[in-house]
Amino acid sequence: MEGRVTEQVVRALLKPYVHVLPPSLAEEIVRKVVAAGLSEDEAREVVEAAVAEYLRNLVEPGEAVGMVTAQSIGEPSTQMTLRTFHFAGVRELNVTLGLPRLIEIVDARKTVSTPIMEVYLEGEYAKIREKALQVARELELTTIENVARAITIDYVDYAIVIELDPEMLENRGVEPRDVAKALNRIKGKKGSVEVEGLTVVYRTGLDDVAKLRKTYDKVRTLRVKGVKGIKRAVVRYDEKLGEYKIVTEGSNLVAALSIEGVDYRRTVSNNIHEIAEVLGIEAARAMIIREMKRVLDEQGLDVDVRHIMLVADAMTFNGRVRQVGRHGVAGEKPSALARAAFEVTVKHLVDAAVRGEVDELKGVVENVVVGSRIVPVGTGIVRLLMQYPGLETVAEGAGST
Amino acid sequence: MSALQFEETKTIGAIKFGVLSPDLIRTYSVTQIVIPETYDEEGIPIRGGPMDRRLGTVEPGVRCETCGNFISLCPGHFGHIELARPVVHPLFAKHIYLLLRATCRVCGRLMLPQEEIERARRRAKRLEERWPLLKYKFGESVAKKAAKNTACPHCQAQQYKIRFEKPYTFYEEREGGSAMLRPTEIRDRLERIPNEDLEALGLDPHSARPEWMVLTVLPVPPITVRPTITLESGMRSEDDITHKLVDLLRINQRLKESIEEGAPQLVIDDLWSLLQYHVATLFDNELPGIPPARHRSGRPLRTLAQRLRGKEGRFRGSLAGKRVDFSARTVISPDPKLSIDEVGVPLDVAKVLVVPERVTPWNLEEMKELVKRGPLEYPGANYIVRPDGGRIDLRFVKDRDALAETLKPGYIVERHLRDGDIVLFNRQPSLHRMSVMAHKVKVLPYKTFRLNLLVCPPYNADFDGDEMNLHAPQSEEARAEALTLMLVHEQILSPRYGAPIIGGLHDYVTGAYLLTRKGTILDKKRAALLLLEAGFEGPMPEPAILKPGPYWTGKQLVSAVLDKSFSFEGKASVCRKCEVCLRELCPYDAYVVVRSGELLVGALDKNTVASQVPHTLLHEYVRKLGNERGRELLDGLYKAFILYLDLYGFTMGIDSLDIPPEVTKEVGSIMSAAEAEVEKLIAMAARGELEPLPGRTLEDTLEQRIMEVLSRARDRAGELASRYVGMLKEAVIMARTGARANMLNITQMVAMLGQQSLRGERIKRGFTGRVLPHFKWGDVGPRARGFVYSSFRGGLKPTEFFFHAMAGREGLVDTAVRTAQSGYMYRRLANALQDLYVAYDGSVRTSEGFVVQFRYGEDGVDPAKSDHGAAVNVDDIIREVLARRSGG
Repeated sequence: MEGRVTEQVVRALLKPYVHVLPPSLAEEIVRKVVAAGLSEDEAREVVEAAVAEYLRNLVEPGEAVGMVTAQSIGEPSTQMTLRTFHFAGVRELNVTLGLPRLIEIVDARKTVSTPIMEVYLEGEYAKIREKALQVARELELTTIENVARAITIDYVDYAIVIELDPEMLENRGVEPRDVAKALNRIKGKKGSVEVEGLTVVYRTGLDDVAKLRKTYDKVRTLRVKGVKGIKRAVVRYDEKLGEYKIVTEGSNLVAALSIEGVDYRRTVSNNIHEIAEVLGIEAARAMIIREMKRVLDEQGLDVDVRHIMLVADAMTFNGRVRQVGRHGVAGEKPSALARAAFEVTVKHLVDAAVRGEVDELKGVVENVVVGSRIVPVGTGIVRLLMQYPGLETVAEGAGST
Repeated sequence: MSALQFEETKTIGAIKFGVLSPDLIRTYSVTQIVIPETYDEEGIPIRGGPMDRRLGTVEPGVRCETCGNFISLCPGHFGHIELARPVVHPLFAKHIYLLLRATCRVCGRLMLPQEEIERARRRAKRLEERWPLLKYKFGESVAKKAAKNTACPHCQAQQYKIRFEKPYTFYEEREGGSAMLRPTEIRDRLERIPNEDLEALGLDPHSARPEWMVLTVLPVPPITVRPTITLESGMRSEDDITHKLVDLLRINQRLKESIEEGAPQLVIDDLWSLLQYHVATLFDNELPGIPPARHRSGRPLRTLAQRLRGKEGRFRGSLAGKRVDFSARTVISPDPKLSIDEVGVPLDVAKVLVVPERVTPWNLEEMKELVKRGPLEYPGANYIVRPDGGRIDLRFVKDRDALAETLKPGYIVERHLRDGDIVLFNRQPSLHRMSVMAHKVKVLPYKTFRLNLLVCPPYNADFDGDEMNLHAPQSEEARAEALTLMLVHEQILSPRYGAPIIGGLHDYVTGAYLLTRKGTILDKKRAALLLLEAGFEGPMPEPAILKPGPYWTGKQLVSAVLDKSFSFEGKASVCRKCEVCLRELCPYDAYVVVRSGELLVGALDKNTVASQVPHTLLHEYVRKLGNERGRELLDGLYKAFILYLDLYGFTMGIDSLDIPPEVTKEVGSIMSAAEAEVEKLIAMAARGELEPLPGRTLEDTLEQRIMEVLSRARDRAGELASRYVGMLKEAVIMARTGARANMLNITQMVAMLGQQSLRGERIKRGFTGRVLPHFKWGDVGPRARGFVYSSFRGGLKPTEFFFHAMAGREGLVDTAVRTAQSGYMYRRLANALQDLYVAYDGSVRTSEGFVVQFRYGEDGVDPAKSDHGAAVNVDDIIREVLARRSGG
């Protein structure tokens, strides 16, 4: 028996196929062949068999992968539950899942029904719970209301009296000073802020009760600390990674990424448009894939990733996030007939007339509409020109019988 | 040479859209229409009226006065109406508005400096080649920019603000107040816009001059698009558009007369706006802001736009989806003896559906015979097509024998469907490509389509009254494609997840398990019977037991059928998920090993033979040996599975659910303990001692805690009860093997139903403070909130039954809502993605050639051919190589 192959030998065996096999597959072969302790001859056999199988498994040119994708996502969606909410791993937070979320992703909605951020942490912030909590406090939006035991209006002095709750202050990591600082930001010219232990008095210097009331409402929801839009931040231990991370209700990527301790490389939001804006179109594509996969997995529906990738690519390939539908991919087709056959028929026809559009009949529906028997996908992409000696007429494609 | 004749066919290369000019409308027109009446007293269409015979014919036996053809050939011809005054085309009003604002009211130029116009023109031209749609967006932005100017940069004329009142009225807000712009004035202004300036707006002045958007001449659609319907009573009923045209003509005539008589401007304006209304509603009767034109009965008229729009409109209803001939539909019923590739077709259907077969010297006699038998006798033929295209209907031929003798090569005989013909079979909703598959015909008696049970999963069919459709392809190309791409066994592996979608369910799984589990032995008769059913040919395998007589195990029979090169290893569904897997030594026979076609250990069940499960024995078999061999396995072995179930006499009765009375008692005590715990929680909450969960209210927390307690108790009770039902009971066999139901269902049958829920919560809505009047106010105990203590076997109490019905109703509503939503999402996905295909270079492109993916799915692998997503199963290859090492 020969000795076991080394990694180098397997890599050398794979060399001729560098441009054939996908890198991940090549790596898998190296890893597994070495682990199985095969001889060089056996390793060669494995490599050759793997290449042969890979080539056998490639898609056929012409395959209508778009339609197959639509079916592969549309068909299981009929089996999904309509149940909207589900826990995001943390009991306190709900996320929209199931069919409504899938529709939301495909629609590329600007506003997500349950915005969530997954904030990953760097260095010791990820390892020590206290440190992680500290970041969470930085994230979570704290208003005066959150840390006050009582907020009252002093009509005599035209002042607002805030009695702080020591427990809440501690909990949120806020000092009375911070409250005063926040008030100073809005106080305007006349007002003044006084701090006395746990009581903060804000003398507005106004002389109008109506205005005072308005100021009172403003003071209640005044931001003391944290990031706008983040209603709650929960620290959670990620078993798989062995580190702490933060899940937030509400999202604000730009602000969150600049907080110390936040790992900006991994932190994501579930709002596709926000991702596209902050992290770029490739990140948006990746997020579409991740979110769709998550919804389908959670429902126990088995869909190949390649389908999800194709949807994500169709939505993002021109550099913008486009919805699947009237205002996006389907509505921006160059063919007027295809657009008319989808939705808002009359408008598309009228616009086409005014613009003097020409429909080249390149797509599928257009050809169905005009009654041509060849549709340009699948076996229809074959364009065979045959020259029969002595025959003047030349048949093109499979059109004539 | 004559066999290779190609007809020169005209194909549509492209379609150009545009606006008809008045000249073109008059050129197309065969006559001017002036008289607002359809028929005279004798019922003859009035010449010059909207039903003028020159516009085409819809009456049978009447020749068209323009082209001389009968109905079937006359395409219909347009007429025209000269409008007494121009009117705005309502659908173009938005475009007119934009143009009026962007151009000068005096000189008609686009209100931008000359250089800018030039620049915009060049840019629009460049965009046209790349992104036509962007050109239009760009044009709009240019127009908006021009509209901002208050004075014309060309003639310095002061501009007024234009106000557009939907749907078709325009006002100009001058110093002295706003003045309405008459269509004549609008038309004049649009006429002044030079072609070059229009190009800068991304428009095409050659196919759509803006002044054509104000109508002076109205085309009258041919009668063929608005046919008269004659009722049985002889009453004639005109089409909505004809009604509309009559109204329009009447007003047009009055307007014309008023103008000629020199009537006061007020009267003329009134009639003019009425004409405008009629023209508007002729085009679109659902314009916002104006009342729809109605029929005498009060029903709104269905005019041009309404015919195009919507699901049943021309586009989605008649053009993107068409009706077909050569199809059949009937109820389906099962036939396990058919091959999965076959479909049982009733004789009556086979005699109506035809396949055109070209007569050749080799089939001449056969075709003659078919013609002689005619349309009523099976197998026969219904039509003959002569080489000159003439069709002969055999129903009306007296002497078929004589006719048969005239058959010559080159004729086409449309013969009855017969065994082996290829047809397409379909069940709606057609959600994926496996909803339409090609089958081979098997003509059978009775009236239903018959299909093998293994193809139920792809069609999602059952036999509670489902109907399916059958289509007989008529061309050789269609049949060839159906045979090579759409045949059932080519579709075993689903492209959705790379696992078989065709495979055993329910009884197949039970049968497979019972046949192959430990302890199944078969005498010679049974063994032979099963082998025969499985399609096994050759000598009986060596019996496993010789004394007291020859006996075979079920595993032996399976081994006899499997391919000798096939190896497989995997866990069965009956696996107990032990902490340490003993693999081959599994005491439950749940580790399946097939080596060189021998089923060595393990009982077959859901994880080995079922459909829609990856990495099963079936999956591997199809992947390694191909679809054809997979079909053989499904047609053979699977048939043996259900035959064995028959021989076994598998049935389930109430006694399958028997549990000892002391267990029932114990279940009761578990539940009362749980109830006490719930009591305690409620009391705690009442005293305010309950610690609320972060971010939850006290009530929420209490609810959650109660639900936890109850579900834990139910699980314990179920576990206890199902332990006593034991593996021998039929219900448990079905649940464990994955054939049908799960242990929870059995728990519900023998122990208790458990919590009924609405929207994921305990049931709480109903009367004030309580769900049903049977409970006390404010009772939040298990019973009052929908916890069902009874089991299906024991029967439900009235309140419990009601709760169960509530939860059941929610499920039904949910399904109804979901189908609508997911259906729409699917339609959008399909529309967005349908043009994408894999090009020869492996990239995914749109129909325009834009690259969507450089390599399909990043690795170019077809999901259907993948190993449940993986491009190549490396482990498997290594295992095979290693097996060869130990073997050789």
